[in-house]
Amino acid sequence: MSFGEVLLWGLLKFAAIVLGFVMVVATLLTLLERKQSAYLQNRVGPNRAFLFGKKFPLSAFIGQILADAVKMLVKEDFDPPRANTWLHRLAPALPLFAALMVWMVIPFGPGPKPGTEGEHWFQIANLDVGILWVLAISSIGVYGATLGAWASNSAFSLLGGLRTAAQMISYEVTIGLNMVGLFMIFGSLKLNDIVWGQGELLWGWLPKWGIVVQPLGFVLFVAAAVAEIKRAPFDLPEDESVLAGGYSTEYSAMRFALFALGEFIGIVIMSALASVLFLGGWQIPWVATPLLADGSIDYGWLTVMQVGAMVIKTMFMVFLLQQIRWTFPRFRYDQLMRLGWVYMLPLSIANLAITALVMFLLR
Amino acid sequence: MATVQVKRRELSFGERIYLPEVLRGLKVTTRQLFKNMFTKKDIATVQYPEVRKEYPDRFRGRHRLMKREDGSVRCVACMLCSTACPAKCIHIVAGDKGDQSVEKYPVSFEIDLLVCIYCGFCEEACPCDAIRMDSGRHPLPSFTRDRQRIRKIQLLEDGGPSIAVQGGKGT
Repeated sequence: MSFGEVLLWGLLKFAAIVLGFVMVVATLLTLLERKQSAYLQNRVGPNRAFLFGKKFPLSAFIGQILADAVKMLVKEDFDPPRANTWLHRLAPALPLFAALMVWMVIPFGPGPKPGTEGEHWFQIANLDVGILWVLAISSIGVYGATLGAWASNSAFSLLGGLRTAAQMISYEVTIGLNMVGLFMIFGSLKLNDIVWGQGELLWGWLPKWGIVVQPLGFVLFVAAAVAEIKRAPFDLPEDESVLAGGYSTEYSAMRFALFALGEFIGIVIMSALASVLFLGGWQIPWVATPLLADGSIDYGWLTVMQVGAMVIKTMFMVFLLQQIRWTFPRFRYDQLMRLGWVYMLPLSIANLAITALVMFLLR
Repeated sequence: MATVQVKRRELSFGERIYLPEVLRGLKVTTRQLFKNMFTKKDIATVQYPEVRKEYPDRFRGRHRLMKREDGSVRCVACMLCSTACPAKCIHIVAGDKGDQSVEKYPVSFEIDLLVCIYCGFCEEACPCDAIRMDSGRHPLPSFTRDRQRIRKIQLLEDGGPSIAVQGGKGT
């Protein structure tokens, strides 16, 4: 393909993934978060904004989402006095930018088997660095929170921003180290190759998913992922009862909503990553991926089901992260740092060492 | 030594590694989530404007003035309620009723609800069961302070006939 075609297809796929999946899920999350938390706390949640009365099912859902959007757009957009206006306005865009760029490398459906040539129809770019792109880009998100906090000219915001920086750096280490175990087992950084590797069966019946070969890695990854997207029980950066909202204290209207949107997309990203790395991605267990005789893929109904499997796994992870967020109380700040550096980091390294040892013995 | 040393329970190994307890917590919340999605049994929220909770019998709400059998106000303008009122929110102007057994009636009877503290002393002080606070209604919001100063007519709106005999005889 020429460069122009690559660019065109990339943009088309980006629009399809972002507008067709990511934004839809993130928008739904704004409502589902409140509904889910309400139900698990024996409350009802928002149920007043109806679209055209109660004429059709889900009119309360859609009405609430539209009402939220209108509210966010028409509220006063406040610039705090003596804040650095330019940085203050730039900051909310950075986490959103980072959150959207990560989708470049997430495979939603089968690409060609490793070692064979073919088009990657369900992935925007099959980069050689693969997962490193995710780590590199998602680190930009921390600048958004920290810059916004510093530019706000508010002590609460500054404390929140400092906490964000410290927390993201601490837990990114754990996330990265837990991914290394998978690179060692599947021998590639490309997410597509990792998903292909997870299609095999261990001893003829157990799917070789990341969660099966790296159970401790999965637990540590989920815990670190929750910390990375700044959700409870690791939501120290916004800590509303202590810091009055943390780094987003001085934000209002749509700019606050951009921070929130970046956070919600972060949830979907971490869920998609967890399902790609640990839950087999688009692989349906015990259903062999059909390959034609020449090694290329037969795109058909099975492919549709595989994309569906990826979406379902991602949604399950979103559900799990939300459940965790509404179940556990917030950590204290020293507990957070101790958990990250004293327990989770050594455990990740031990996990790596054991993985290496087992791989050496099974060689 | 008045200090009591509370013996803390030793955490078991399962509790200290945190994960089994995490799963137990998730089990509780997930069970509650699905239970509340399909049944309304556990939900504590009352949908207020449509559904209202019954107030307890002794709830002291907006005042009301009771009526005689002929429909006139029972109050004899004895001023006991306005004297007993700790907030001094009851303002009565007495007039001659032209009836030897009753003597007086309130020409105007005003209660400033913004000043009232809803203590119920007025209904305790009343010798003829004329003022009561058992209407079960809240004072309504208004745009001006003057609207919160309710008059005899408004107080009589909720008033029903009282069967108590004047002078404390009977029930």
